[in-house]
Amino acid sequence: MQVNMKGVGLGKKLLKRNEIYLFFVIIGLSIILSIFNPNFFTLENLFDILRSYSFMGILAVGLLVVLLSGGIDISFTANATVAQYVMAYLLVNNPEMSIFLAIFIPCTIGIVLGGINASLIYFLNAPPIIITIATLNVFFGVLQFISGGKWLYNFPVWFRNFSKITVIKLFNPEGIPYGLSILTIIWIAIILGTFFILKYTTLGRKIYAMGGNIEAAKRSGLNILQLQMFVYCFMGLFAGIASIIQALLAQTVAPNAIMGRELEIIAAVVLGGASLAGGSGSLIGTLLGVSLIAVISNGLTLMRVSSYWQKVFIGLIIIISVSVTALQRRAVARRVAVVDVGE
Amino acid sequence: MWGSEKTGSQDWFRKNREFTTLPFVLVAVFILMSVLAQGRFLKGSNFQSMAFQLPEVGLFSLAMMITLLTGGINLSVITTANLSSIVTALIITRSCAPGDTGAYVTLVIMLAIAAALATSLVLGLINGVLIAHVGVSAILATLGTMTLYDGLGIAITRGYVISDFPKSFLSIGNGTIFGIPIALLIFGVCAYIMSVILSRKPYGLSVYMIGSNERATEFSGVNNKNVLMKTYLLSGFLSGVASVIMTSRFNSANAGYGSSYLLVTVLIAVLGGVDPFGGFGKVAGLVMALVILQFISSGLNLLGVTAFITISLWGTILIMVMGTNNYLEKRRFRQIKKYFAS
Repeated sequence: MQVNMKGVGLGKKLLKRNEIYLFFVIIGLSIILSIFNPNFFTLENLFDILRSYSFMGILAVGLLVVLLSGGIDISFTANATVAQYVMAYLLVNNPEMSIFLAIFIPCTIGIVLGGINASLIYFLNAPPIIITIATLNVFFGVLQFISGGKWLYNFPVWFRNFSKITVIKLFNPEGIPYGLSILTIIWIAIILGTFFILKYTTLGRKIYAMGGNIEAAKRSGLNILQLQMFVYCFMGLFAGIASIIQALLAQTVAPNAIMGRELEIIAAVVLGGASLAGGSGSLIGTLLGVSLIAVISNGLTLMRVSSYWQKVFIGLIIIISVSVTALQRRAVARRVAVVDVGE
Repeated sequence: MWGSEKTGSQDWFRKNREFTTLPFVLVAVFILMSVLAQGRFLKGSNFQSMAFQLPEVGLFSLAMMITLLTGGINLSVITTANLSSIVTALIITRSCAPGDTGAYVTLVIMLAIAAALATSLVLGLINGVLIAHVGVSAILATLGTMTLYDGLGIAITRGYVISDFPKSFLSIGNGTIFGIPIALLIFGVCAYIMSVILSRKPYGLSVYMIGSNERATEFSGVNNKNVLMKTYLLSGFLSGVASVIMTSRFNSANAGYGSSYLLVTVLIAVLGGVDPFGGFGKVAGLVMALVILQFISSGLNLLGVTAFITISLWGTILIMVMGTNNYLEKRRFRQIKKYFAS
């Protein structure tokens, strides 16, 4: 028992170190960027990043929960696209539609599609990555067929104004107002809510347990179907919410706008220390992972790096940070030389 | 020989599990498409156009498969090919005009192809070093290199398409020998070599072993790093071969070609019986899956169905195959249980 406790303590410490390390990378990058461009280190730019990355951040939180449970979801972008398109179609055709419905419909669609994923994964006893690649194609293909790839715009006035609501109102030296966007507030609320579920509810602990060892979880009497259903519906719900946010940010809805971003979001979550094998990962790490990608893209734009070269830098920084993490983990493993056949 | 006695055939089917459902699906799809498209499907011209479309995706799927077998993945297969094809295109367009012929052009083309293959090997080497020596998980390493290679392609071409090559280069992707597309022959040779390597060579055995249990393989004296390096080199090389065919067939190179193929290659490999967690899967299964998908997309195309319905049908078929496999597995488990109970 005591040995076990020690193991947990050690694991926690290592995890913390990983996140702190990522934190320093972000701080270091920010300092370099602000030397090159003083506009980087302003509250206005911070608020701007927080606003435009709330879409990615919300999806990352949902994905983290899926990864924690030992699963993976590739289909969430298709899921979000379907939810978003249906909402936009209804909004454009009935501008009188209530705000409640405009939020309720995409969230419900997200949850239902997530539920389909969970059912297939559980009842077909199939790897989540395969099922969700399959459903990605099914959801997206059907949507493209029905919509004919048509773009939607001309949203009601309230929909256009909603995205401009800010909580704290400040003025920059030129007198233009800026502030903390309501979209960021939604993102923060989602992080706090998820934190509460993961940390303080039995449901959250069960998700960690299932991700750690699904067989052990099964034998200790956890209802796997229920847990998987929750996890994928949770991801679906967040895909729904994120899709509303993306529509608010872009003010146009295209069936292919969100598609293809799934790997970028997975990268952010995994950069934040979440294990693809399940059971380990944290919200702070995820937040840092999203921040890293946000800081890089935003910083490169501010540094006027030609947009042709941006992807090269993003690729290099992903490679460097995953390599350093891998080397560090290896060094730690060498120091703590334990014969552990299970790992 | 394997049909001669019951236990023998059962044994054969157990060892070659991709043959339990796929051949039936293949035949069913073939009959369905022939009936639905009424003669248009069974035409020689249709088969020839399928034979031109299939090799590219086939080579990409092979490149994906070999990494899946080791329990890894290579998300950079498509961007590796695009970067290699940009190198080819630059060499050819800088050295000769589209109308040129003669020995000089042949030499340039040979050089360009060699450069494409060398580029793809170098890109594969980078993947291999990251995964085998630095110890980054395959999905993360190749996610990074996918972005990097794509970025390099965009930076070199500035997003433009490089096009117009001499006629003799175009024959690789568009020409035929005795009515068989050259590209299909290239794919056939690659698939055959892969299947021999995987089933007959020590390297192939190590690939399956690493995919089943990496640590146990290392303890049994296999040099895992070496095997993984070879795997990602091979994967890169196959992408390089695909790139040559692709450049020639499209008569152009661009950083963004074929990006929709990426998930399709995983789909084909898994449909063909490759275990996405490694250790199991054969080239024969992959080829069958490839042909099934080609039948479906060509057949539906003849029927005038949009490509998007085809995409969702692929997904549906994948789910159905997973369901059937699960059902067969359960039934076999029940039979074993019954056997031990009696």
